[in-house]
Parts: sequence; C-alpha cells; structure tokens
Amino acid sequence: MVREAALTELKAETETVTGADLLMAALEEENVEVVFGYPGGAVLPIYDKIYDAKFLHVLPRHEQGGIHAAEGYARISGKPGVVIATSGPGATNIVTGLADAMMDSLPIVAFTGQVATGVIGSDAFQEADILGITTPITKYNMQIRNLEDIPRIIKEAFYIATSGRPGPVLIDIPKDIAASITKQPEAQEIHLPGYQPTLKPNFLQIRKLAEAVSKAKKPVILAGAGVLHAKAAAELLAYVEQQEVPVVHTLLGLGGFPADHSLFLGMGGMHGCYTANMALSQCDLLINIGARFDDRLTGNLVHFAPHATVAHIDIDPAEIGKNVPTLIPIVADAKEALTALLTHMEEKPDQAEWIAQLRTWQEKHPYHYDKDSPNLKPQQVVEMLHVKTNGEAIVTTDVGQHQMWAAQYYQFKNADRWVTSGGLGTMGFGLPSSIGAQLADPEACVIAMVGDAGFQMSTQEMAVIKELNLPIKIAIFNNQSLGMVRQWQDFFYQSRYSYSKIPVQPSFVKLAEAYDINGYTITNVEEAERVLDEVLHTREPVLLDFRVDSEENVFPMIAPGKGLHEMVGVKE
Amino acid sequence: MKRIISLLVMNEPGVLNRITNLFSKRNYNIESISVGLSEHDGMSRITCVVHVESEQISEQITKQLNKQIDIIKVTDITEQSVVARELALIKVQSSPQSRNEIYSLIEPFRASVIDVSKDSMVIQITGESEKIEAFVELIKPYGIKELARTGTTAFPRGTQRQSNQKTNFSIV
Repeated sequence: MVREAALTELKAETETVTGADLLMAALEEENVEVVFGYPGGAVLPIYDKIYDAKFLHVLPRHEQGGIHAAEGYARISGKPGVVIATSGPGATNIVTGLADAMMDSLPIVAFTGQVATGVIGSDAFQEADILGITTPITKYNMQIRNLEDIPRIIKEAFYIATSGRPGPVLIDIPKDIAASITKQPEAQEIHLPGYQPTLKPNFLQIRKLAEAVSKAKKPVILAGAGVLHAKAAAELLAYVEQQEVPVVHTLLGLGGFPADHSLFLGMGGMHGCYTANMALSQCDLLINIGARFDDRLTGNLVHFAPHATVAHIDIDPAEIGKNVPTLIPIVADAKEALTALLTHMEEKPDQAEWIAQLRTWQEKHPYHYDKDSPNLKPQQVVEMLHVKTNGEAIVTTDVGQHQMWAAQYYQFKNADRWVTSGGLGTMGFGLPSSIGAQLADPEACVIAMVGDAGFQMSTQEMAVIKELNLPIKIAIFNNQSLGMVRQWQDFFYQSRYSYSKIPVQPSFVKLAEAYDINGYTITNVEEAERVLDEVLHTREPVLLDFRVDSEENVFPMIAPGKGLHEMVGVKE
Repeated sequence: MKRIISLLVMNEPGVLNRITNLFSKRNYNIESISVGLSEHDGMSRITCVVHVESEQISEQITKQLNKQIDIIKVTDITEQSVVARELALIKVQSSPQSRNEIYSLIEPFRASVIDVSKDSMVIQITGESEKIEAFVELIKPYGIKELARTGTTAFPRGTQRQSNQKTNFSIV
C-alpha cells in the first residue's frame, strides 16, 4: 500500500506539460483538422510536438502561400484557417495574408514564434515586433506571457476569429514559453468583457424595414459577403422569393444568391453589369445585407443611390453609416435579420414597372465581348469553364482583369464556391488559396483562375499541389501583361505602358512539368474545348496556359470619381 | 469641432498602442490623451480630445473604438455636462523684481508656486484647457523656460442637466 501510494505521488509529480503540449491540446479542443505551417528556430519546440500531431500539417513553400491557403480553407469550410510561422521573417511573411483576411473578414488564427522572453527587445536573431506590426491588420493579437494562460488565450483567439464579424487573430509565442514545463494548469474560462457582438436584430428596426419594403416602388437588395459568413443564403432566397425584391451582389458576395435566378441582376460596382448598377442608381429603397459600401462598389458617393432610402444590415455597427448615410440601421447577423424579416413581412411591394424596367435593361445591355474574334477571348474561357463545370466548381482568383471576368462570366449557382481577394486585392492569392479550398472540400472541382503575373508570385506552391496530389485546375489567363494596370494606363495615362507588359516569360507548361504536373498551352477555342473535355474532370492537378487576347479590356467600366450610372463600354 | 471621448479599457499590454494606432490608421487627429488607473481593478480610464470635421466622423471614431476588444466602454461626453481638468507645470523666468508681479497673476488663477530658484520659478495650474491657455498667454512675456501639460482628463458630472443629454450613438 505504501509503495503504491508513493508511486501515485511520483506519477502526479511527473504529470507535467510544456507550452507546446498545451498548444497541441488546445488545437485538438478546437477540432483543428488542417494547419498551414512553416517551421523555424523559434517554433522548434512546437514542431517537435507537431511531429506526433493528429491534424494534417501542410508545408507551403512560402509562409505567404500558407496563410493564403488558410484563407481559402476558411472561406470554403467556414472554419478558421490555422497558420504557424516562425519568428522574424516567418512572421513578417504572413503580414499580407493577415491584411487580406482583415479586409475580407476571414477567420484566421495565426501562431507566430517569438524569441525567448529574456531577449525580447534586444534585436535578437530573427526578432521582429510582430504585435506592433500586425496591430492595425488583425482583429486582435496577443503575446503569451504565462504558460498557464495558453489554453484560455487560444480558446479566446478562436472565439474572436470566428464570432461577430470574423477576422484574423495572431498569437505570438516566445520560444521559452513553448519549451518550458509546468503542471497541467486549471481550466480557465473565456474572459472578454469588452467583446459582445450583437447578433439579434432590433425589432423596431425590422418593422421599419418591413414597412419600407411594402411601400417601395423600386426596391433592390445589395447582398455582400456577410450573407455567406452568416450562412444565410437559404434565408435570402426565401425572403427574395416572397417579396420579389431583385438582388445585386458585391464582388465578394457572389454565390450568396443563385446566379440563374430570375431576380438576380448581377454584380454591381466598377466592373459590374449595367442592370445592377442602374438598379443601384435608380432604386428608391436599397437594402444592404452584409456589404460595406466599398468604393469599388459605390463609385462616387455623391451619385450613389441618390433617391434611395438606405437600410443596412450588418453585424459590425461601425460599417453602418461609414460611407453612406443610413436611415434604417440594423445591427445583426444576416441570418438572424433575414429570419426576423421573414416572420414580420408585410405586403409585397408594388413593383411591376420596376421589374419590367430591369428586364429591359437586362435584355438590352448584357455583358458583351467580340465573339467573332480569331483570338482566344478571356471571357470565352470563363464561359467555357462555367458551362463545363455546370456553375458548381470552386473558383479562386488573384486580382485584376481575370478576376473581373471570372466574377462576370462564372455564374455561381451555390454559396461558398468563390474565393477571391476583394478588399486588399492581393496578387498571388489564387493559387495558394485553391489549396486550402480543395482541402476544405476534397470532392469539389477547384479551378484556380490566375493571371500570368499573379501566378509568378506564388508559383512555388505547385509543389504542395503535387505533394498532396490535389486535383486543382490551374487556369492561367496569359495576356503577357499586368492586364488591369495596362488597361488603366490605356485609359488614363495615354497608353504609356509603364512596366505593365511582361513579354519575357517562362514556359508555364515546362514549369509545371518541373513539378511533375501536366501542362497545356491553349491558343484557340477548339484547343480549349478539346483539352478541357479531356482534363477538367480528372483527379489530377493540371496547368492550363490560356494564351488570351492581350489587348482585351474589362467592360463595363466606371472611371474613378464617376457615379455608377456613368458606365463606359456598355453594349448598345 | 472638439470632442471629448472617455474610454474604459482593460489594463492589458499594448492597449494604448491599439488606440493610437486606430487613430492614425483612420486618419483621426488626437489633440490630447491622458491615461490612468480607474476605479475598477485591472481597468484604466483614457480621456481623448480629438478634433473632427463632422458628427459623422466622431460617430465613426466612437464605433471603431467600441470594436476594440480591450475597450470596455466608449462615451462621447462632449455634449454632457462634464468636469474636465488639465494640469500644467510652467517654469518661468523670474528676477526678484518680477517675482511679485508674477505672484499677482497667479492668485486670480488659483495656481500655485511649487519651486523657486535664483532666476526662475515653477508654477502649477489646474483647470480646463481654456483657463490654462489664458494663463500661459499671460505669463509668456516673462519668458517661459519649460512647459509641460497633462492633457485633459474628464468625466460626466453626477447630476446632468436633462437638456444637455442628447447625442447617443448607440444604434443597437
């Protein structure tokens, strides 16, 4: 008996854990399935534990690729993307991704290593003040100073990243804290007295909106990514079908409402379609659901929805009234607000004339391009990809012309199929984000639509695609230029193409071959038809180098400083 | 216009950095900021004085501050009846001849002299910013050697005149 007691005592004494153990346990607690991480000096204690971890660890070939992959994963799965980077350069390499996730409200939890507590502030090897650097571009960030706090802080980090308006949270872990040993700490509850997001809408405001809708003659809904974050696509559809209010999407909101629906007007904004922009300009009631009235959407604010009563549903009160004066503010989760609206509906608005007007616009002024051109038109490529995947593929993009064509011509049927860098406009986003998207939905057909320039900013991530054998279809819209920059120089800088043309390029097909990925160069429609039929539905990664017309511009377009109604390049 | 914003914040490392960062990120101009412990354990009170062009901007400031996770409460107290005080220390040149003259200025302002040396004296004055400014102007001709001001710290009076309470930015 005495010996046994002594043994248990000994066991109790040896039940100690390191900071890295606590981190692993916390990740398990949060049901983390995938981690995008890159090892380095300051995170060695953590990586020693990851060696035995149950989750999938993906090694990007650059930390920036890692965080973009996490963003793609977060956008498709709705779960937070988890990133690990080492101190100093590892941490600074994820800065672009954090800013991107902040702008587009994506839940990211990033762990960065830090030099040991004792040398912080001494300009130690691979030291960077990552908290100072990332304060303006994270929803929250913190450094762990006590080993015992790790479980609570990580719980808080996941809670902050995913609740309210989602966003990136960064946790900085000094190396000595990850390595040092402690007794299993007692469980601590989340303690965030200053953070209580409002989810439920105010009943009076809902009633005000319901009344406004029933009285409106020209109502329109502007649906943004808030609908997707709240998983409110079904509620939106139900509401729209009952009240017959037409829907315009923002760039990031695409997919929240089915594109083949008769009440869908298209994307609004700088390169939005004629009908959507005219609807925004002429409506008498504008219901913004989860969009933030970004300048690329509104154009010149003076001319934006001048005759409209503006209602704005947003989970972030600071977005309401930020850019556009709002008469009916509703701070709430989009799903909660739409559910409340569905139960407090009044009469349908009398809007037959309005709908008829919208139909005329739609028929007269659709998107257009020269279909008889002998050159391969980028719009045509997107249309083909759309048809051949039945509008059901996951599409990821970089930023620029190809992004706009993808948004215009890929008609999304479903929610959460669209991954694009909207707010920050990050080149090199499309390829790595497709990795995360595919991991979030392994069965889906994933197409990474990228420009030839953006592709070269994250080419190295093809190694990950091959390593995990992800059946991603990389579609390069190769116009041998920075298309959107060239377009602006064309319009606003007397066609002085200052460094926007890239005539010297590698062979992308050979580059793919170097990573053991099959590649095809496609120069005309017939080739495109043949190759796409052959490869689009295989379970192998493929690179498609579409040599598209390098002079093609994106239309319609609203010049900077102009109002939404002042579109140029509209089909007459 | 001038706005006084009172913040109750968690006493966590980096909170002040977050707030000043937010002001510079959103291009707001801080006139003064004062920080100190509050009546709650682990919480500090910060008083910011900002200059803004419109109510819409001051509303944005309040909302953006409210979003910060370490900030418990944000109140724009400009429109309320408040007690606001600032402290200034002024080292002014003084000769035995001018000393009496300076004393005669100090008295009506209820300032006090807290140090005297051969050729200078240090005056402490508390009050609202305008009072301090008036005093500084008055004392300037004697030659100010050094000047240090704390910035305004403020909170609402216990009893509010009803007519003054109007702006409420909460839209929840």
